[in-house]
Amino acid sequence: MNRILNHPILEEKEQGKEVQIFVDDRPIIAYEGEMIAAALIANGIFINRYTTHNHKPRGIYCAIGRCTDCIMTVDGVPNVRTCVTKVKEGMEITTQQGMGVWSEEEQ
Amino acid sequence: MEYSLKTTGAPTLEELHKSPAFPTHEQFLKGPVVVIECIEEIPCNPCEASCPKGAITVGKSITNLPKIDFEKCIVCGMCVSACPGLAIYIKDYTYNDTKASLSFPYEYYPLPNPGDIVEAVDRYGKYVCDAKVIKVRNPKSNDHTSVVTIEYPKDHFEEAINIKRKIR
Amino acid sequence: MVEIELAIVGAGPAGLSAAIEARRAGANVLLIDENARPGGQLFKQIHKFFGSKAHKAGIRGFNIGNELLQESELLGINTWLNGEVCGIEDGHNLWVVRDRSYSEIVKAKKIIIATGATENAVTFPGWDLPGVMGAGAAQTMINVNRVLPGKKIIMLGSGNVGVIVAYQLLQAGGEVVAILEAAPKLGGYGVHTAKVSRAGVPFYVSHTIKQAFGTEHVEAVEIVELDSAFRQIAGTEQILEVDTVCLATGLTPLTELAWLAGCKFDFIPSLGGHLPIHDDKMHSTQPDIFIAGDISGIEEASTAMEEGRLAGINAAAELGYISEEEAEVRSQETRDSLNTLRSGYFGQKRRESKDSMVQKGKEVISWNIH
Repeated sequence: MNRILNHPILEEKEQGKEVQIFVDDRPIIAYEGEMIAAALIANGIFINRYTTHNHKPRGIYCAIGRCTDCIMTVDGVPNVRTCVTKVKEGMEITTQQGMGVWSEEEQ
Repeated sequence: MEYSLKTTGAPTLEELHKSPAFPTHEQFLKGPVVVIECIEEIPCNPCEASCPKGAITVGKSITNLPKIDFEKCIVCGMCVSACPGLAIYIKDYTYNDTKASLSFPYEYYPLPNPGDIVEAVDRYGKYVCDAKVIKVRNPKSNDHTSVVTIEYPKDHFEEAINIKRKIR
Repeated sequence: MVEIELAIVGAGPAGLSAAIEARRAGANVLLIDENARPGGQLFKQIHKFFGSKAHKAGIRGFNIGNELLQESELLGINTWLNGEVCGIEDGHNLWVVRDRSYSEIVKAKKIIIATGATENAVTFPGWDLPGVMGAGAAQTMINVNRVLPGKKIIMLGSGNVGVIVAYQLLQAGGEVVAILEAAPKLGGYGVHTAKVSRAGVPFYVSHTIKQAFGTEHVEAVEIVELDSAFRQIAGTEQILEVDTVCLATGLTPLTELAWLAGCKFDFIPSLGGHLPIHDDKMHSTQPDIFIAGDISGIEEASTAMEEGRLAGINAAAELGYISEEEAEVRSQETRDSLNTLRSGYFGQKRRESKDSMVQKGKEVISWNIH
């Protein structure tokens, strides 16, 4: 478990309500309002995508929405920066392959 | 390799003795004494501001190294939690017949409890000896810098500077 | 189109301080930030700041951030979050993309660019593996998102960012196996390195990472010693088992908007590289555009706040809200404060670089503002 409970300096954070999100169809517990990438790391998931040509795994790098290493496909929309996007109940997140594919509805 | 603050991260005794807030050998053996291990000129003076007796002087140019007037100092410990660099601690060689005491700033969880047996470490984090926790103070006014007091064998008086963190 | 008197791009310590000064003087201010929360990097700083009482010494960074936010709310400063300023046209029109979905043009009489800086990358084979990240990224994860991005961390870089983040990783429950520094001497303050050293974290000067190993994640790094010319010394390699590599290898100012707006630049490596030229009022070479904070040179939050104040005071003066005399008195106060922060062993070099920048600025910025 990678969540930091009981920090010596920071006060107990008021956690948003528990929500269920799906990562590659696998349900995980997250807290409303937290960043997708943080929820994934809290659940031991460090890979967000695989690169287009060499299929190399990528995970967070800048964590503030600048580098796009953390992008995943969220609710059918590819290239979502998971380090600056909040989770929502029922969100469907998939490990993105390359540039991703727009879902039928989005096209 | 030359051992120094800028190569190992920790100050050597030789470097510390140059500081006007590092007690002399005699002062260390006399009784409770405040030690400030601050040997670089950086603009900073909360230690001076925190002392109720005016025993710490930085002066008009806030890059001056802090100086302690050991006569004025009443070893109240306010400076220990006030220093943003956590560079101040208190040692007492005369704590009792066999033990010395060390009060130092500590910002890790879990906090130790009075009575705990802990591992005292040196400036490089290396084990020095076992020690017993006597007091743990963490009032709100310290803003999360707790002050831990341990008692430990006199023959390790100089090296002990901190305790090993309990890995959660 | 929205018309305002003063647009400030970036709501970090510099931007917030500028907004507060200008609003207090009575100016109509719009503060724009691309993030969902204001405060820039200030809220990640959980350590007590240095300096004097006037510089909020002894107060933790995030508490200073909260004070600034409270002040800005009390003053009713108009703030657009999730607003990305994509361009500045004709020196006064800001193109803002809001909520990643619609555009808005803001026509401002004066602009302050306070967009901060970004972390540098250092590359080595395996640097793109999950688990390799900026030190600032690790700091965001632990102090803002409250998750530990790894358990066994190696820190590359011993400047203040590296040693402070290493300490904070320990506080968050992580283990820092080593801090590497390519130079023969450590970069950060001695009190910061001492804190981490007595926690058992070893420093390796004249060392760097040769490569990172792992299939789906970092599993180990190979470190190597460097000679006096920074070349790797064959035979000195060591393997360290880690699951996280943090890169604390410097910052570079985010100057895109200043480039786009036509500001002239100078190149000062010690302050981060290409910097928009500014004078002692934080005025850029473009009429009506000021800069403040890390965009004008990599320093720290304390100097960012003072530069923000300096820019805010002078922008408000140019808008007519502060008299020239009062502006000069208050500007001199902030300059004195900046000089104090830029003193001593570490600050002296920054003082020299900044003084030469301001000198150049005074020569180049020559139009009559009043």
